[in-house]
Amino acid sequence: MERHWEHDLEELKQRILWMGSLVERAVHQAVHAVLDAEEHLAEAVLSEEDAINEMQIEIDERVQRLLALQAPMAADLRFLLAVSRINGDLERIGDQAVNIAHSAMRVLRHPQVKPYVDLPRMSELAEGMVRDSLNALVRGDQDLAQSVLQRDDQVDRLRDQLFRELLTYMMENSSVVFSAFELILVAKNLERIGDHATNIAEDVIYFVAGRDVRHPALDRR
Amino acid sequence: MRLQISHLNFFYGAKQAVFDVNLKIPAHKVTALIGPSGCGKSTFLRTLNRMNETIRHSRVSGEVLLDGQDIFRMDVVGLRRRVGMVFQRPNPFPKSIYDNVAYGLRINGYKGRLSDLVEHSLRRAALWDEVKDYLQKSAFALSGGQQQRLCIARALAVDPEVLLLDEPCSALDPVTTAKIEELMFHLKDSCTMAIVTHNMQQAARASDFTAFMLDGKLIEHSETSKLFTTPQDPRTEAYITGRFG
Repeated sequence: MERHWEHDLEELKQRILWMGSLVERAVHQAVHAVLDAEEHLAEAVLSEEDAINEMQIEIDERVQRLLALQAPMAADLRFLLAVSRINGDLERIGDQAVNIAHSAMRVLRHPQVKPYVDLPRMSELAEGMVRDSLNALVRGDQDLAQSVLQRDDQVDRLRDQLFRELLTYMMENSSVVFSAFELILVAKNLERIGDHATNIAEDVIYFVAGRDVRHPALDRR
Repeated sequence: MRLQISHLNFFYGAKQAVFDVNLKIPAHKVTALIGPSGCGKSTFLRTLNRMNETIRHSRVSGEVLLDGQDIFRMDVVGLRRRVGMVFQRPNPFPKSIYDNVAYGLRINGYKGRLSDLVEHSLRRAALWDEVKDYLQKSAFALSGGQQQRLCIARALAVDPEVLLLDEPCSALDPVTTAKIEELMFHLKDSCTMAIVTHNMQQAARASDFTAFMLDGKLIEHSETSKLFTTPQDPRTEAYITGRFG
């Protein structure tokens, strides 16, 4: 017989995954507003922001209630702590998507600086990290979570590459400074999304294996 | 280590209740014993001051060292003075509050000023302020929580090195339970404690180390903070998350 407690945990898992799917869609739409010059996608991201924020509060309240009323232990406790932290990271990813959407609306008022090559690769990587970190949570798969951690460096390298390239465009032609600067902001936001996906993957490893891998240099376990 | 238990087995007649338990109980710490009903944790606890010996056809094997001395070779009265016990239900004697605390001192032939030690013991048990004006009243006039603290004061009067607590709060309300837990925290300075509890939150709150027993066997023993967040054995995990059975 499934107990009430297990039902509550499953429901919480479904809610965090639902929030994850809202956030994933927001990131995808925001980036494609820039890449495909589709302003309506940016508007869709802005209109969904409240829904994501409401989900954050709802999930927080569920976690608080379960912690207070059930006094969970072991894997259940680790799951709730992980969900609480993941919830914060997802909401921040939602904010990064909103930032990108704002950049998109500004950048679309100007001619395109250059063909987009690294930006789609970067967004694909960052979106994949978010998706896989959440898949790792669903499956309790610490290997998948570990693979997310390893991808963060690639995102950082692409950001550096984009920064360098856009700087040269700005130095060569001051009329593109505005657009290029917005694209730098987009790249910065994508890089932060990768960081949040990394945090989520670390929380999944904590939940699954009880290992805190956030600061390897500290070597606590 | 205050107590070192090696290969301890206990039998009620032909039925074995404790199987090859090895456990170290460190000094000035609280060690909690948890596990489902009938897992042998109370039997194990009572072995530590030989309370089980009075049971007919019972048999024990293995070794329990108290400060390096084999408890099964000690004088049992001396052992129980050094290893006191508090039970689930408060069991004050049908005497005054004062006489309850003084009882152990008298039978041990204490030569000093009894009243000083009675006061000291009641203070250690965090009961003095509540009973100091009623010391000659019957112990039965006290509330359940006060009676339990009186039993703790009685156990403390003979200055034991170890205090065994067998579900000491199971008959008490949460406020009184909190008082007993606070008391245990302060007693660590002078005493080593082992507590059997069904209440996992109590084990988590009040103990430094926790041992999980199942079917008479010790399954896992580690620091309380570790056992309740990252237990190593799936049976411990199943028990403390309530997915047992």
